[in-house]
Order: sequence, then structure tokens, then C-alpha cells
Amino acid sequence: MAGYLGWNIRGNFEFAMQLRGATAGAMLVAAFAQAVATVIFHTVTANRILSPSVMGFDSLFVLMQTVLVALFGGQVLADTQGTPRLVVQTLVMVGFATLLYRWLFVRLAGGLYVTLLVGVVLGMAFNTVSTFLERLLHPTDYDLLSLALFGRLTSVDAAQLPLAFAVCAAVGVVVWRRRHVLDGLLLGRELATSIGIDHRRELTIMLALVALLVSFSTALVGPMTFFGFLVATLAYQLAGSHQHAQVLPMAFLLGVIGLAGGQFVLQHLFYASGFLTVILEFVGGIVFLAILIGNRKL
Amino acid sequence: MITFENLTKTYQAKTVLGGPNQGVSGEIEAGGITSIIGANGAGKSTLLTIIGRLLAPTTGSVKVGGLDVARTPSATLAKKLAILRQDNHTTARLRVRELVAMGRFPHSRGRLTRGDRAAVDQAMTFVNLDDLADRFIDQLSGGQRQRVFIAMVLAQDADYILLDEPLNNLDMRHSVQMMQQLRRAADELGRTVVMVMHDLNFAAAYSDQLLAMADGQIVAHGPVRELMDGRLLTGVFGTPVQVMDVAGSPTALYCLGKACPPGLDCSQLPCCCEQPRVRVTLSGSAGR
Repeated sequence: MAGYLGWNIRGNFEFAMQLRGATAGAMLVAAFAQAVATVIFHTVTANRILSPSVMGFDSLFVLMQTVLVALFGGQVLADTQGTPRLVVQTLVMVGFATLLYRWLFVRLAGGLYVTLLVGVVLGMAFNTVSTFLERLLHPTDYDLLSLALFGRLTSVDAAQLPLAFAVCAAVGVVVWRRRHVLDGLLLGRELATSIGIDHRRELTIMLALVALLVSFSTALVGPMTFFGFLVATLAYQLAGSHQHAQVLPMAFLLGVIGLAGGQFVLQHLFYASGFLTVILEFVGGIVFLAILIGNRKL
Repeated sequence: MITFENLTKTYQAKTVLGGPNQGVSGEIEAGGITSIIGANGAGKSTLLTIIGRLLAPTTGSVKVGGLDVARTPSATLAKKLAILRQDNHTTARLRVRELVAMGRFPHSRGRLTRGDRAAVDQAMTFVNLDDLADRFIDQLSGGQRQRVFIAMVLAQDADYILLDEPLNNLDMRHSVQMMQQLRRAADELGRTVVMVMHDLNFAAAYSDQLLAMADGQIVAHGPVRELMDGRLLTGVFGTPVQVMDVAGSPTALYCLGKACPPGLDCSQLPCCCEQPRVRVTLSGSAGR
């Protein structure tokens, strides 16, 4: 991280710091949000394959941007840049998630698998609508849109960072205080209930936190489907314990190393400022497939 | 004491516990082992999981040791009541000791004190797990894994232990060991054990009380000797059952489904040469 910040600065130090500082801040937020959200999601859904993006978050983000552009033209993305849009986007996404969970768990009482299934189906539906709308767009608008849709670690609005940090810190405190409860949730609904964990309540809290984190991260730096999965999977291997007190910090650390290290290599060794997230998605996707194929008993 | 009143459970239009007019009521005394017996689909597991607050009843209420299961906070209840279902598995790779230590959660909220560690060790010794303490759960055989979960439940220090088919997938030797350990838990540790059992003779040999269910109702409930009655069991299971005395223990013999060998008749062997003549009327009242 320090390497990324300090290496090879030419010209105005302050300007470089401003630019890189914002990117570094975004990296911290993205690493924290993706890592913590994925680990918690894995724990409460009792699987290690599916990640929050399966619940349709990324797709909703894409759809919201697309609808915005389709209605008001590409210029609107530049005009509404800033904290209000971030907050609104986050609220809409958390609202969507909470609604979905509430509806599914209370109305249908269908349990986790129905929820996941509905998440997958909704994600596909959002994607399809987005694709349809994109076909209708003017090529220029479409260009602006695709720029907005890829992870934009290097073009983060620094003004949004304090809010993002505050949200991450708040979520971090809540999660840390519940780390033992999370350990207990690993046992599954029935055993967790037997040892005195209010499973339904904890599940709702945890899923809401996941929604908050993923929404914030997606709204800030764009969709990252496999990054969380990548760091969570590595963290399980490296932490050497099931305890969230160790897994969560490990996942966060790996996330920071992955993003900062990747950006450092990309920027200074290859002299290219391409999209780091594209590479991370590529690697993450390959690991995802490898684990999916290697581990048949899902 | 476990008391339940007017319990029913309905899925869509299908009632799996209780009848259309009245639910299931009854009480299970504190202390000793009570086995719930009955045919598949009789509502045994439904009753057990409702008592263990894993399933919400459609109507009715349950009290365990004076605590209303639906209203008491889960954390408080966990010090009184533990429940174990079949097929327990975890996504995380846990070591035996770590899993047993999870049983201390109601007391420690995850921070183990010296007392907690002592309780964990004690529970592991009780079910002979000492030499497996550092193995991973997924490296154990079915019988060993079952013992680990029993140890976890014992470490929880709850007065009431509910078990759903604890002998599931265990061979004879491990079944005998498991029942002996549960017997000791009841006698030496003073726990109240309530379990769903399929093997009638294991249930009869190790339980104090039997609770027979059929068609979502309690047919009879009482001491083992009283319930081990051929006509009663024939009605409960819907298949001919004969109870014989083997070395002083009432033992159920099941119909073989073939004709009697020459020279023997139905009074000597539980063969299928006649259909059960008497069916027990399912009144729904506990037979005590």
C-alpha cells in the first residue's frame, strides 16, 4: 500500500498524493466491503461458493445506471456525480435487499435456498432488462455507460470517501462484536438455535450488513463479482482457523494486498493504467471455476 | 418437566401433528429417558422439534422447565434445553475440541473461561473422545461424529436434552455404546433425555418411559413395561408385533411376513399367519 502511494512520484507531490490517496482510500473501502461481506455471506448461507453478487446486487447496480442513462442521456452520469447519488444508490440497494429477505423469510418461510434462487432469477432479470435497454442507447451514451460500469478504482470521487470510511468502520464494529455469534452460525440453523443463537434475527442483521457493504462498494467502485470470493477463499486457507476473529482480518488484509499490489504492478511495471478490476475478475473467475469443478459435492 | 398443550402443526392443508379438533397435549417428567416411538409420519420428529423450538407450531404452546419455549430468549433457553437433529454438518472445518467447545456458547458467549474448558474436557471424556480431540470432524466415522455432537450437547449443560434418532446410521456396537452413554448422562449427570427412536427394543431396554404416537396423536404414554404390549404396538405401528419376555426384558418381535414353519403357531412366533385383529383406537389421550 505504501509502495503504491510513494513509488516513483514525479512532479507535483501534492497532486500525486491527492490522486493516489483517493484511489488508495477506495481500495481500502472495496477490500473491506467485499471481503467482509463475502465471508459473512458464506457463513450465514452455509456454503462457500455463492457470493453476495449472486443475490442480484451487481445486476441491480447496472440496471440503475442503465435506466438513468436511457431516461436522461449519457450526460446525466457526469451531472449527478457526488455523494447524494452514492447515498441514494446505496439506500435503494439496501432497501431492495431488505425487502427481498423480509418478503422471502417472513412470507414464504422458504429458507435460504428459495432466497438464493430468487436472487439468481432477479439478477438474471435485471441483466436482461439492462441488456435490452443498452441496445436502445445511442453509441455515445453506451460508451459513457460502459465506462461507468467497470470498476473505477482510479477515478473515485475523494469527497465520497469519508462517508464510505464511516460506514465501513461502523459495520466493522458491529461485525467484530458479533464475531463469536458468527462462529456459532457456522453450525447451521438447528445447532445454532440449540446453543442459544436467535438464528432468524442474526441472519437478518447479517444479511442487511452484507447488503450495505456490497451496495456501498458497488456504488463507489463498480461491480466486482469474484473479488470477494477470491479473498474469502484464500483467507479460509491461510487463516488456519474457522474463527471469524481470524478469518475476517485475514480476508481484509488479502483484499488490500490484492488491490494495492495489483494496481502497483499494473501502474508501475506495465506502465498501463488499465482496469485492475478486469484482471481481478479474470483471476477470480478462473479460481471460482476451478473450485467449482474440483469440489463436486457443493 | 416438559409440558405441551394443544399442539398442532399444519403444512398447507395437511395436518402432521394433532387432529382437526384438538391438538396434542401432555407432559414429560424431568429425569430419566423418554423415547418417542411410532411409525414413519406419526409426528414424532415434529413433536420433538417443536419442543426444541426449531419448528413453530401452528397452534399450542410448550413449556420446558417452566420456560415458555416460544417467548423465552433463545440464549436463556439454551441453558435449559439442547436439541440435536440427525445429519449435522458444518461448512467450516472444525476440530473435535472446537466443536464441543461450541456447546459452551450459552454460558461463555464465545469467550471460554477455565470453567468452560473443564466442562468441555469433561464432556469429551464422558463419551470417550479424548484421543480424537484434535482430529477434524470430517475425518471421523459416522459413529465417532455422532459422539462428538453428543459431547457438544452435554457440554452445553442443559437439563433437557432432545435427540432425534441418535442411533441413526450407527451399527449395533455403537448403538449400544451410545445408549449406555445416554443412560449414564441421565443417571449420573441427572439430565432429562427425550428422544425419537425407531428401534423399539433399544428404546425399551434403555428408556424409563415410552411415548407412542400414531397419525399425529399420542396413543399411549407410560412406563416401558406398560407400553410394551403386543396389541398396543400392533396398533401403533400398523403391523403385527408380538412382545416376548427375553431374560426379564420385554422384547418386541416383528412379523416376518412369511408363513409359520411346520410345528409352530402364532402363539409361539410372530409370523404373519393372521392379521392383527385388534386395532387400538386413536383417541389422542395420553394413556396414563
